[in-house]
Order: sequence, then structure tokens, then C-alpha cells
Amino acid sequence: MKAMVDSLRDLAPIVLVIAFFQLAVLQQPIPNLLEILIGAFFVVIGLTLFVRGLEMGLFPIGESMAYAFARKGSLSWLLAFAFALGFGTTVAEPALIAVADEASHVAVEAGLIEDNEQHREAYALGLRYTVAFSVGIAILVGVLRIVRGWPIQYLIIGGYIGVIIMTAFAPKEIIGIAYDSGGVTTSTITVPLVTALGVGLASSIKGRNPMIDGFGLIAFASLTPMMFVMGYGMVISR
Amino acid sequence: MIDQLVTTLIATLRDVVPIAVVLFGFQLVVLRRPIPHFRRVIMGFLYVLIGLAFFLEGLELALFPLGKLMAAQLTDPAFLFGDGAPMDPSNIDWASYGWVYLFALAIGFSTTIAEPSLLAVAIKAHEVSGGGIGVWGLRVAVAIGVALGIALGVFRIITGTPLHWYIMAGYMVVVIQTMFAPRAIVALAYDSGGVTTSTVTVPLVAALGLGLASTVPGRSAALDGFGLIAFASLFPIISVIAYAQLAEWRAHRRSS
Repeated sequence: MKAMVDSLRDLAPIVLVIAFFQLAVLQQPIPNLLEILIGAFFVVIGLTLFVRGLEMGLFPIGESMAYAFARKGSLSWLLAFAFALGFGTTVAEPALIAVADEASHVAVEAGLIEDNEQHREAYALGLRYTVAFSVGIAILVGVLRIVRGWPIQYLIIGGYIGVIIMTAFAPKEIIGIAYDSGGVTTSTITVPLVTALGVGLASSIKGRNPMIDGFGLIAFASLTPMMFVMGYGMVISR
Repeated sequence: MIDQLVTTLIATLRDVVPIAVVLFGFQLVVLRRPIPHFRRVIMGFLYVLIGLAFFLEGLELALFPLGKLMAAQLTDPAFLFGDGAPMDPSNIDWASYGWVYLFALAIGFSTTIAEPSLLAVAIKAHEVSGGGIGVWGLRVAVAIGVALGIALGVFRIITGTPLHWYIMAGYMVVVIQTMFAPRAIVALAYDSGGVTTSTVTVPLVAALGLGLASTVPGRSAALDGFGLIAFASLFPIISVIAYAQLAEWRAHRRSS
């Protein structure tokens, strides 16, 4: 019951914002009030169940697998798992499919590819695999960082510098898509899982601090797609 | 409505299948041990699935249609300048979009508070930091970052200035902040850039960006409509580090 009150509180700001703009700024009545109330009820139930499921399923399995890999002591299997998790969770991500499709239309408009179904689909599919591959690499590097204890800031800042240099050479049309693709890769199911994995690893390896070393996997997963997508744009436009 | 819920459930299920295959595949083939509390974990997965389906379907019923319509109406020149206003590209003043900025701020903040993946990370950070980082403190810090980021992104679309200048300047700020930040916050701050933009924020923000890019004269929806998400992933890094620095500074001042 308390969980539902929490969810209701999480949702309250959006309801207030939408109501204020609709009634005070646009000065229009709220349409389909009943549907909106049912929808809000669904959202509250959904958020409550999700948080409950996080604590029962996603967090424990992420952590228990991290402990199991640490006990097993095989770095190559751990890295294989990290790559598979990153690639597998991204390749089917609906937000990514939508962005890739949108990007293929931009590419046609910019004259990068010919305007027909086949070329567009090939372009979108190529983009999807590029992003999924880059997220796999991201989780792999991120896990390696936790195991070795490398400080995160050098890697991330190095990555940013890479992004800036690539921006100078990438075709103009791909830049916005590349920057956005960093944000869309991490879905609602991936984030808790990957966070639990990182924190679990950092707390089961001696000398690592879960606060300093455990976080940061998501940061890698939002950085590498930018570089790989710009790289993809550069290769395609040749 | 039930049909739609089932469709959403199937879509979510399809999203989960590759994850489940990777997890259980490695568990069975490589680790070769039974999963502890197996039934509880499966129940948890079911809760997550059903929860997400309800959540997404609820958003689709209650928020997205109205929010998207609102983004389109607020960016409509007829609303901004009155009917028959001159639509001379050289005559567009960025300051006449007042309500759009306010909407960008408000929608950025409020959707981030409701973002489930940010909630997940905040719960974990609270647990790991031994209560040092509050669930609400982190979420509000991130939400402020997203709000400012989206408002600045809106300013960029209206003025038509190049995206990469802003992103580079933002990176510079992050680099400088990192040098002075408490070490324990750095990784979490970097993470909070990636978690802000998922289920709730992206559809509404994308609608705002596309609406603006297609109504502001001289902008192309294809070229200028993108990029708001990038702002929303960069600014939370800055605001979370600032939150930690502020907390540290206050603790320091109290103790001295």
C-alpha cells in the first residue's frame, strides 16, 4: 500500500504540469477525462509492480551472477558475458529500432543513400547492429575497469575527447543522431540489471569500493554508441 | 483496452527474451549452478514484465496523447504570435517563446521524477552509500539537470546554433568539475546521464523537438529535431556533481 502511495507521488509532478499547461496556458478543457484517470491508475500499478520486481528479480540475479563469476575467477567468461549482455539487450530495444528507422530517412534526405526501401532498411539495420555492438563493447570495457580498478574519469573523459574529435570529421547529418543514440540504448530493464552487476562485482572483488567502482557501466553504454554511430556515418558516406 | 494491454505485454516480453536468454544461458552453461531463490527471481521478472506493460499502456492512455498534442500546440506560431503574425525568418526573436521554455523545464523535471530506471539506480545508490545519498536527493538533482538541459536544447533549436558547440562546452564543464569532485560521486554522476532518458522522457521530449523544428522558420525537422536527448543526458552529470559538491561544502562548513 505504501509502495502505491510512493508511485502516486512519483507521478504527481507530470499530472500537475500537464493540467497547468492545458487549463491555464492553452485554456482548453481536458479531453477524455475517464481514459486519463484509467491510464494514471495503470501507471501507478505498473510502477509499483516494477519496483517490487526489481527488488525480487533483477537486482538479486544481477548481483548473484556477479558473485558467481567472481568466485569462478575466469575473466574471459566474465567479459564474454558482459559483451553478450550489452549486445543482447540493445539489439532488440524498441527505442533504438525507432531511432534507426528515423535516421534512415534523414540519410535519404541528406543524399547519403539512395531512396528505396532496400537501401533504407539496410542502413537502419546496419545502424542497429553498430549500436548494439558498441554497447557490448561498452559493458565489456566497463566490467574490465571494475576488475582492474581503473579510475573511471580518465576513460570517460578520454572518450569525450574522442567524440569531439570525431564530430569534426563525421558527416553533419549523422551528428544529432549519434548524440541521441547514446541516450536511447539503455532500457528500463537493462539499467537495473547492469547496475546490480557492477555493484555486485565491485563488492565481491577485494580492494574495490562499490560506490567508487561499482557504478559507471551505464556511462560507458551511453558513450560508445556516439563514437560508433559517427564512425558508421563516416564509413557509409565514403 | 485489454487488447492494447496484451499487445504491450507481448512487446515488453519480446524486449525481455534476449536478456533472459543471456542470463539463463550463462547461468546454466558457464556457471552451472542453480539460481538462488529461483522461484522468487522468476516472480520478480514477472512483476517487472507486468509492471512495465501497465506502466507503458497507462502512459499511452493518459499522458502521451495529451503531452504530444500540447507540445505541438505550444510551438504553433498561431499560439505564440497570434493569428496572421508575420513569419519572417529574420524576425524571429528567441525570447517570444517564453511558454515553450517553461514547458521544456517543467516536462523535463516531471518526467525524470517518474522515470523507472532512474528510480532503480537511486535505490541502489542509496543502499550502496549506506544512506549517504538520498533516493529523492539524487532524483531531484538529476531532474533539475534534465530540465535545464532540455530548456537549453529548446533555445538551440530556436536560435539554430550548432549542436556540437553546446555539447563540447558541456563536456568541458564536466571535465573541470570532475577534477574537483568527491571521488565517490564521479561514477554515479556519469551513470545518471544515461538513465534519465528512457520510457517516459523520450517520447514527450522528441515530440517537443520535432514540433519546434517543424514550426520555427528555417529549421529542418530532420536536422534540428534531434539532439534534445543529448542535452538531457549531459546536464544531469553536471547537476549531480554539483549536488555532491554542495553537500560536501555544507558538511565542511558545519564541521569547521
